Amino acid sequence: MVEFLYGVEVFINGLMAGVMYSLVALGFVLIFKASGIFNYAQGVMALFAAMTLVGVQEGQVPFAHLINAIFGTQYHHFGWHINAFFAILVAALVMLLFAYLVERYILKHLVNQEPIILFMATIGLAYFMEGFGDLMWGSNIKTLDVGIPQGGNFWIEEKTAFLGGDDFYGFYLDTLDIYATVIAVLLVSTLVLFSQYTKTGRALRAVADDHQAALSVGISLRRIWVIVWCIAGIVALVAGIMWGSKSGVQFSLSLIALKALPVLMLGGFTSIPGAIIGGLLIGIGEKLFEFLIGAPFLGGATENWFAYMLALVFLVFRPQGLFGEKIIERV
Amino acid sequence: MLYREAGDFKVSYPADQQTFPIRSDRLIFWVGLAAAYCVVPFFINDYWANAVLLPFLIYGVASIGLNILTGYCGQVSLGSGGFMAVGAYTCYKMMTAFPELNLVICILAGGVVTAAVGIMFGLPSLRIKGFYLAVVTLAAQFFLVWLFNKVPWFYNYSASGMITAPERTMFGFAISGPNATPAATYLFCLSLLVVLAFLARNLTRGSVGRKWMAIRDMDIAAEIIGVNPLMAKVTAFGVSSFYVGVAGAMIFSVYLGAVEVTEAFGIQKSFLLLFMIIIGGLGSIFGSLAGAAFMVLMPVLLKNIMVNQLGWATDIAAHFEFIIIGGLIVFFLIVEPHGLAQLWRIIKEKMRLWPFPH
Repeated sequence: MVEFLYGVEVFINGLMAGVMYSLVALGFVLIFKASGIFNYAQGVMALFAAMTLVGVQEGQVPFAHLINAIFGTQYHHFGWHINAFFAILVAALVMLLFAYLVERYILKHLVNQEPIILFMATIGLAYFMEGFGDLMWGSNIKTLDVGIPQGGNFWIEEKTAFLGGDDFYGFYLDTLDIYATVIAVLLVSTLVLFSQYTKTGRALRAVADDHQAALSVGISLRRIWVIVWCIAGIVALVAGIMWGSKSGVQFSLSLIALKALPVLMLGGFTSIPGAIIGGLLIGIGEKLFEFLIGAPFLGGATENWFAYMLALVFLVFRPQGLFGEKIIERV
Repeated sequence: MLYREAGDFKVSYPADQQTFPIRSDRLIFWVGLAAAYCVVPFFINDYWANAVLLPFLIYGVASIGLNILTGYCGQVSLGSGGFMAVGAYTCYKMMTAFPELNLVICILAGGVVTAAVGIMFGLPSLRIKGFYLAVVTLAAQFFLVWLFNKVPWFYNYSASGMITAPERTMFGFAISGPNATPAATYLFCLSLLVVLAFLARNLTRGSVGRKWMAIRDMDIAAEIIGVNPLMAKVTAFGVSSFYVGVAGAMIFSVYLGAVEVTEAFGIQKSFLLLFMIIIGGLGSIFGSLAGAAFMVLMPVLLKNIMVNQLGWATDIAAHFEFIIIGGLIVFFLIVEPHGLAQLWRIIKEKMRLWPFPH
C-alpha cells in the first residue's frame, strides 16, 4: 500500500516536471508553427531572460567585466534593488527587443532557405546569446527570487497523511511546482484565447497554415515573425523564471531545450496541446521509469536518456508524433 | 597566369575525372603533402602539436565522417560525441585486453565497433526523417555517455572512472602514453588522416557516394530510380560512424591519453563537429578539413590575441569566443551557405580567369 502511494507521489511529481518541460516546448511549437523554424535557441533564450531578470533586479552593471577590463575601473553594481514586478517588465522588454533584432538581422536574410539551414542558424544564435549573456551578466550561478514560495508544501502533506498508515507522511510536493502548473495553465489558456479571438491571432494561424496564401491576402510575414518571436521570448521568460527559481540561473538551464525536443517529438511539432501532453507523458514516464526500473536495476540517472529513447521507439511507429499533422511526401 | 588548365591535355577518362584536374592544384597538393611529411616533423614542438596540429588532424577525420552522413547522405546526426566515445572505449578495451596488439588495429577496431553501433541507431532513419532524426540521434548521444559512466566494465573498474592509454610503439617510436614525442604522434595521425581522406574521397565519387547523394536530394525520387534506401542509409551511417569512431579512438589514445566520458565526448563535441562541416561546407571532403582547421585554429588565435596581446581575463576571452563562433555561423549561413569549400571554388574560378575576367 505504502509502495503504491509512493508510486502515486512519483507520478504526481512527474506530472509537475512535465509541466515545466511543456513550458519550454510551448515556445518551440509557437515558432515552428508560424515560421517553420525549429528554434534551438529557445533554451538559451530562457537562460538569457532569467539572467537579465536577475541582473536588473540586483542592479548589476551590464558588461561590468568587459568595462573593467578595458578601462581598469571597478564597477559592479548600481547599488539598487528593483521590485520583482518591474524587473520582470524590463526583462520582457529586453526579450521583445531581442525578437525584433533576430528578425531584422537574421531571419530576414534567411527566407526560403531549407529548414536545416534555419535550424543551424538558430544553433549559431544560441551560441552567440550564450556568450553574450555571460559577457553581459557574468557566468556565475545566480539565485533568482521573484517571491514564489519554495520547498515542500506542508498543507498537502498533512491532508494526505491519513491515506497510508504510520509509515506514510503524506505526498511531498514542491510549492514552486504547483505555482508553475497554475502559471502554465494560465499561459496556455491566454495563448489559445489570443490565437482564436484576436485579429493578430487569426493572422498567426493563417501564416502557420500557408505562408503563400497568407501573403496573398495581405498579411505581413515579417510582422508576424516579430510577433511570434516576441511571444516565444515571453514564454522563454516565464520558463526561465520557473526553472531559474527551481535550480538557480546557470548554464545548465539552456540544456532544458534539449529536454524539450523529445517532448515535441512525442506531441508532434505543430500542436500546442501536443506540447503539453508530450511534456506530461515524458515527465511522468521518466520519473516512473527511474523509480521502478532505473534506480533499482540500472544504477540510476536514467533520466538523462529515457526521454530520447521513448521518443525514438515511439517515432518508429508513428513518425509524426501524437498530434502532428500527417506527413505527406510528394515527389 | 600560373593557375591555368590551358596546355594540360587529358587523353583518358581517368585523367579527366581525377580529383585535381588542374596541374597547379596537383602541384600544390603534392608539395603540401611532402612538406607535411618531411618538413613539419622537424619543427614541431609540444605546443603546436597539442594545440593545433593533432586536434586538426583528428577532428579532420571526424568531420569527414560526419560530412559523409550529413553532407552526402543528408541525415543530420547529433550523436557524434557518443559515437566517438564508443570508438575510444573499444580502443581502450582492446589495448588493455591484448597488450601486444598494434595500436592501429585497436583504433580500427574502435571504428568497426562504432560502425556497428551507428548502424543500429541509424536503422530508424528509414522511417524518421529530418529534425525528427536529429533528435533521435540525441538518444544515442545521451544513452552511450550514460552507459560508459554506469558500467564499470568499460573503464576496467578504475576508481576515477577515467580511461588511460598505456604506452604503445610503432617502428620503435612511442605513439601513445607519456613518452610519445610530438613528431611521432603527428606523423601517426597525419598518415591515418591521409589514408582515410583518400578512401572517403573515392568512396563519395563512386556508385556508393552517388547513391548517398541521390537519397540526400530526394529520397523518394531516388527510390523510384532504383536506389535501395535501406542500403544507402545503412552504409552511410556505417561508414560515417567508422570515421567518427576512429577519431574518438585517436583522441583517447594519441591526443589526450586519458579521458572522462562526459567531459571529452559530451553533446558539445557533437555540435562542434556539426559546426565544422557547416562552416567548411556540406558535401565536400576539402570542406570538412577546412572547417576542422577553422574551428581548431580560431579559438587558439582568439585566445592569443585577447589574452596574450590585450591582456584580458581568460573568461572574457571565452565569452567572446562563443559570441564570435555563433556570429560566424549565422554569418556563413546568410552569406555563403555552402561554406569555405564554396569560397575556395569561387576563388579558384576567379584565379583561372585572372587577369582577363571577360
